[in-house]
Amino acid sequence: MKRMPSSFILMSVLVMLFLYLPVVILIGLSFNASTMGVAWKGFTFQWYEKLALDRAILEATVNSVVIAIISTGLALFLGVGTAIGLETRQGGQKAWVNMILLLPLVIPEILLGVALLMVFVLCQVHLGFGTIIIGHMVFNLPLTIVMVRARLRKLDPAWEDAARDLGATSWDVLTRITLPLLRPAIWGAGLLGFTVSLDDFVVTFFVAGPGSTTLPLKVFSMIRTGMTPEVNALSAVMVVVSMLCVGLSWFLQERSAPASSESSYL
Amino acid sequence: MVGTRWVGFALPISSMLTNRFATSSAFPVRLSLVSAGLFLGLFFFLPLVLVFGVSLASRGLYGGISWIATWENYQRVFDPLVGVIFFRSLLLAGLTTLVCAVVAFPLAYCLARASRPWQLILLTLVMIPFWTNFLVRTYAWVLIFRADGILNSLLIRVGFLEEPLSLLFTDVSVFVGLVYGYLPFMVLPLVAAIERISPQLEDAAFDLYASMGAMFRHVLLPLSAPGFLAGGVLVFIPSLGAFITPYLLGGGQNMMVGTFIQQEFLVARDWPFGSAISFGLMGSVLLIWFLLARTSVGKDPS
Repeated sequence: MKRMPSSFILMSVLVMLFLYLPVVILIGLSFNASTMGVAWKGFTFQWYEKLALDRAILEATVNSVVIAIISTGLALFLGVGTAIGLETRQGGQKAWVNMILLLPLVIPEILLGVALLMVFVLCQVHLGFGTIIIGHMVFNLPLTIVMVRARLRKLDPAWEDAARDLGATSWDVLTRITLPLLRPAIWGAGLLGFTVSLDDFVVTFFVAGPGSTTLPLKVFSMIRTGMTPEVNALSAVMVVVSMLCVGLSWFLQERSAPASSESSYL
Repeated sequence: MVGTRWVGFALPISSMLTNRFATSSAFPVRLSLVSAGLFLGLFFFLPLVLVFGVSLASRGLYGGISWIATWENYQRVFDPLVGVIFFRSLLLAGLTTLVCAVVAFPLAYCLARASRPWQLILLTLVMIPFWTNFLVRTYAWVLIFRADGILNSLLIRVGFLEEPLSLLFTDVSVFVGLVYGYLPFMVLPLVAAIERISPQLEDAAFDLYASMGAMFRHVLLPLSAPGFLAGGVLVFIPSLGAFITPYLLGGGQNMMVGTFIQQEFLVARDWPFGSAISFGLMGSVLLIWFLLARTSVGKDPS
């Protein structure tokens, strides 16, 4: 940091302020006693109390968690094996495999949403939990594959060679060497996938159907029907929960990999 | 989401080591490979192909699809009213990308050149707001921009304004929301790119009597080009197809392609026309994506 230009440091501080401003405002307003607008009318916990007693929100939260657990679990189940398999194949390192794998994560979510909606409607699939889980898996699966593959590439092939030299079958290598070494990445991918699923709005919005509401859908309808301070409280809770989840995921990745800034992006 | 699911994404773009591990060909590995392929084929690639198919069909009498082939949906895309929406989307996405690049560079430089513990702390600080639900963060901007919002009440209290300005539901509020939402996508690839530039090159430039500005122009900026490229794509694509931001901050008048697609599908119930627009958006995204694949960033992500 010896020659950091001061204009750069100033700019960085301003950008940080910009990034935090809305989050801080949101959390601050959730303690505001005023029912209308943003004028400060004193400190209160009442919005949190109201939130805790709201059955619809509780139900939406349970839905969200159940969907996130199932879609992440299935994505892990398929994704970990796929990541290992892709590293095996001769063409596994090719750029186009990466580009195609990343496509579900890059393509604007609205396209995924409407495309899935049309498939489900044309095939007369009932919209609900099942379709939401499938929708979330479309981005959770590539996410898992990408994260596990990144970790695989950092592992030392000598582990595997040693196991083979000692007479391990490919099944032994998989269960006793590869999977245990991948465990931190699997946990990391799982937690990130869980959070992503919990947070998803756009895809869920299109494939949810009338009966099933998730937490982001609930927040959306609350925002639309009138912005009660309850939304601020709910948002503040979601902010904290998201931070905890992904923070934990990051910690697991960090601990597993020797410190390098590449792994910190997760 | 746009939001957290992008987090895992900066990694493969900016770094991948090429160690060969896991030569396992155990049965479960092959099985999951096949099922994952089938799953993505069935629920990702097939739906996208279907979008193209439906875009060539006609609208049914009561919404829905009637399978009569027509080019009419694509002709309607060239309607001036639709053109305005496409133009606004391109303009806002381009402007967002540009501003993100300018704003992110100093921060990325500080991050890349900071000492190890500082780097971790700062990186975490950049990521925390990003981990937060996108919908919720965008909603926070509604609270700021509203007529009785934070910004207006602040400006009136200071005496800067008499009457509240209408800030919400303008292109400006959409633009701020987009920059805010996608800024981290620019920061991360830039950090990775700058980290790879040896500080010795900077020293060499100074030894040759380069001024600070000259060093930036001739050393740092050209060598960070891969970071700008990757970051640019990561910001431009989601900005172009954004839905939540223009919906909440743009309202009904300041539509972008994303909100327009939603409108056609769920409000107007004109699926073929909605599909034609979606296909236009998808085509642009795929084009950008495969152009990136042909550059050095795509070929060798390490």
